[in-house]
Amino acid sequence: MENLSQILGRFGGVYLLPVGLALGAFVLIGAPASWATLTIAGLSMGMMVFLMASGLSLIFGLMDVLNFGHSAFISFGAFVAATVLSALSGWVGADSVFLNSMALVFALLAATSFGLAAGWFFETVIIRPVYHDHLRQILITMGALIVSEQIILALWGGTPITVLRPHFLEGAIILGNVSVEVYRLFAFALGLVAFIGLYLVLNRSRIGLLVRAGVENREMVESLGFRIDRLFIGVFMVGSALAAVGGAMWAGYETLITPALGGEMMIVVFIVVIIGGLGSIEGTLLGAIMVGLTANYVGFLAPKLALASNMILMTIILLWRPNGLRPAVK
Amino acid sequence: MTLLSLNNMKTDIGQYAVLHGVTLDIPEGGVFVLLGRNGAGKTTTLRSIMGLWTPTPGSVTFRGADITGLHTADIARKGIAYVPENMGIFGGLTVEENLILATDKGRFDQARLKRIYELFPALEQFWTKQAWSLSGGQKQMLAVARAIIEPRALILIDEPTKGLAPSIVAAMAEAFREISQNATILLVEQNFHFAKSIGRDMAVIDDGLVAHAGTMADFAADTELQERLLSLSA
Repeated sequence: MENLSQILGRFGGVYLLPVGLALGAFVLIGAPASWATLTIAGLSMGMMVFLMASGLSLIFGLMDVLNFGHSAFISFGAFVAATVLSALSGWVGADSVFLNSMALVFALLAATSFGLAAGWFFETVIIRPVYHDHLRQILITMGALIVSEQIILALWGGTPITVLRPHFLEGAIILGNVSVEVYRLFAFALGLVAFIGLYLVLNRSRIGLLVRAGVENREMVESLGFRIDRLFIGVFMVGSALAAVGGAMWAGYETLITPALGGEMMIVVFIVVIIGGLGSIEGTLLGAIMVGLTANYVGFLAPKLALASNMILMTIILLWRPNGLRPAVK
Repeated sequence: MTLLSLNNMKTDIGQYAVLHGVTLDIPEGGVFVLLGRNGAGKTTTLRSIMGLWTPTPGSVTFRGADITGLHTADIARKGIAYVPENMGIFGGLTVEENLILATDKGRFDQARLKRIYELFPALEQFWTKQAWSLSGGQKQMLAVARAIIEPRALILIDEPTKGLAPSIVAAMAEAFREISQNATILLVEQNFHFAKSIGRDMAVIDDGLVAHAGTMADFAADTELQERLLSLSA
């Protein structure tokens, strides 16, 4: 008798899960307009979480580093972008798509640059001395997270900060009975572009090949003549920059942020990485979309279960696939 | 002419001293076999040469240059390939990707690739398959092919026949004979009959020291020595 994995495999494998989830929700929700709105919200949330989680998955998978400080990059990305948008408030509110876009580009570039620089600093100063020692990694990255949150408090204060949204991303598009927020569409598109970019780099370039090989067996990559420690720095910097961009996008989504933003998102990010499987970009995307959709559907159907929905999803998936949906290493 | 010299190589793993002063000269060309009982230090010798464990004190000299303490990647770049006991195959990568990763410039020398296909036809057959789906013997073929996809002066191979079917072992012996015409193979092997069939020179490692070194022909003829060093009965 065929098991669930074999049946799924014939129709597209685990990639079918979000489709199945959406179809199940369609039946339970009943109203097509509400279902479409929730699905788009879930996909857009999933893409923002993907941005935050993809770097952590690679860092986890390639470097075997438990970086609990990853959420600091999310928080800093959000605050740096909010500050740039605030400084460019004239462009942000202008009735010009070009000026709006430039404000957004500068905000995302600032978050990216900060992520790259902070990632380099973090890897070189904090992570490198504790390679191969998980306990010390947890302790030192938790410590770095606390310090980072205090720096944010010192620089931006403890009161919530309003994040300006570029004018062209305000409002919604009405499609029949379905209202789609423009910002959510943009977040989805940005996440998709990031995924395609990462996918192409990982699957169509020599560096990507090295990263995928390094996730499996670092020692062997070195034995083939490659300095994987240099690759580590690059992956860490890119992962941190993606988290910062994810934080920036999340800030625009929430429009009101506090220094606790990163810590709050970190639980979701870890769930996504665990569900998806370590070191796999496709797995991370799959996990992020599952988490985004589940959070939105459950929030609508059973609001009291909303907070626990991701934990329940993770439990179910781990009982079925203990290594996640699509781990990099078989 | 000596290709590789190990001079008083001592290696500790954690708090355990595994090599107590290995001194050995590996001549250029042919197959040099390291024999010894389990836990004698054969694998540690290979890993120390590759820089995966750093010998302190002691030195490793390759083509006259001291490579002690160099990074593993730099040692590999000097022309030393390594096939570990667990084969070190990247299961999530295809056969093609496993091989292209081992090329110097990311593209194949078609003549070498053709020769690899002739030595290991299964690799061509499973070219686009992910390596985890290969059988144990095919994985070993891929591991060896990866070591010779570029010209290397020295190839370190750790127990390649372990768990393989006799037909695969015979194919592997044939491949090693051919490879050793253009490169030196330093082979760690427990299967004495296999080692005897392809080895030109040999050494026995015992308790982290070289207990005996010489030609394979002499060692194969001395059953008393085999019994004493390897517990092999005639």
